[in-house]
Amino acid sequence: MAWFLLLCAPLMFGWIRASELTFELPDNAKQCFYEDITIGTKCTLEFQVVTGGHYDVDCRLEDPDGTVLYKEMKKQYDSFTFTASRNGTFKFCFSNEFSTFTHKTVYFDFQVGDDPPLFPSENRVTALTQMESACVSIHEALKSVIDYQTHFRLREAQGRSRAEDLNTRVAFWSIGEAFILLVVSISQVLLLRSFFSDKKTTTTRMGS
Amino acid sequence: MGYVALESLRMRSARPTGSVQMAAVRMQFTLYLVFLLNIYNSFVSSLYFHIGETEKKCFIEEIPDETMIIGNYRTQLYDKQREEYLPATQGLGMFVEVKDPDEKVILSRQYGSEGRFIFTSHTPGEHQICLHSNSSKFALFAGGMLRVHLDIQVGEHTNNYAEIAAKDKLTELQLRVRQLMEQVDQIQKEQNYQRYREERFRQTSESTNQRVLWWSIVQTLILVAIGFWQMRHLKSFFEAKKLV
Repeated sequence: MAWFLLLCAPLMFGWIRASELTFELPDNAKQCFYEDITIGTKCTLEFQVVTGGHYDVDCRLEDPDGTVLYKEMKKQYDSFTFTASRNGTFKFCFSNEFSTFTHKTVYFDFQVGDDPPLFPSENRVTALTQMESACVSIHEALKSVIDYQTHFRLREAQGRSRAEDLNTRVAFWSIGEAFILLVVSISQVLLLRSFFSDKKTTTTRMGS
Repeated sequence: MGYVALESLRMRSARPTGSVQMAAVRMQFTLYLVFLLNIYNSFVSSLYFHIGETEKKCFIEEIPDETMIIGNYRTQLYDKQREEYLPATQGLGMFVEVKDPDEKVILSRQYGSEGRFIFTSHTPGEHQICLHSNSSKFALFAGGMLRVHLDIQVGEHTNNYAEIAAKDKLTELQLRVRQLMEQVDQIQKEQNYQRYREERFRQTSESTNQRVLWWSIVQTLILVAIGFWQMRHLKSFFEAKKLV
């Protein structure tokens, strides 16, 4: 019983996670996320702006003391790895305060520690067989494939949103320009007509 | 704690006779242990953020079809007296709404201060998961913010391997291979979705191309036609005025 609880303990504290979220950041807004991290854990923060304006955002990462570990302005994509120097709540914020009217969609992936093992630490005491280590290396390779796929998907989403934007803009602009052309040409003619109408009355008055 | 009692009972009742049985018992025990730990999984603090009383927070998940998503959340309310965040009161719940890419609501439910929502996508695309608190009384929040711990697992990550191993009675190697198979399945689905998205992108670009081409021709024709009309109209106007 005691042995069972002893096994549980190290796995329960400093539980390791990866959080991946995509959210919308309205203009002049700031969104902060917090996570409690134990000392010595290797963490990675990756973010990418998916849609909106010039596709850039301000990012800032602070440790529990308030020391800024990472600060970048107007960045489109970045990846930052750090090791937690102390226990506590780490905070990272994305800011769109420099933008006046564009909403941004931001994706971030915050990985804390390594992935939880498929089996508890009991099996790590004995060495892995060749088959098992082959499986582990394939698993790691597939994880990086999935990661690349995600980044590709985000970039493609960015390209696609720009293309759709362009398409609607072209449609509106062509209708708008046709309308403007007609209005301008008709008003030109009417204006010219009005010039000549006035002159005629003044010349007759002068004559008499 | 009930699980721990169950475990000790199992250990005592299973009397291993041979080394093989011993290994089998150890294996089962290991799996139950992992199962237990996965229970703890959902209650451990993860990423959190603050949400205002009437604020609605939305998250976007762009996923292929037939993908399962499991979301876990836990809320805490700021207690002014103790100046810390404590688990929220009973009356406070969160309203979870999930919309599919066609803006159709596929999940719209109210959960308590702690909840777990699961849904499977039927169309590929951007799904929107929105959360907001169901509180209408300002007194509950006392001008503070609600702390929401959120964890969203997509696709392969939703699989509970301990459960699968226990149900299908898989050895460690078989479980690892199973995990690899799930991962490859997810990659394949994503690639398929990628092909569909690329097709949409190509259609949009071709539509823009056509529109630009069509518009330039029409604009030239309009200009020429207007030019003719203007000259003809003015000529007849001046002839009528006996100026030409």
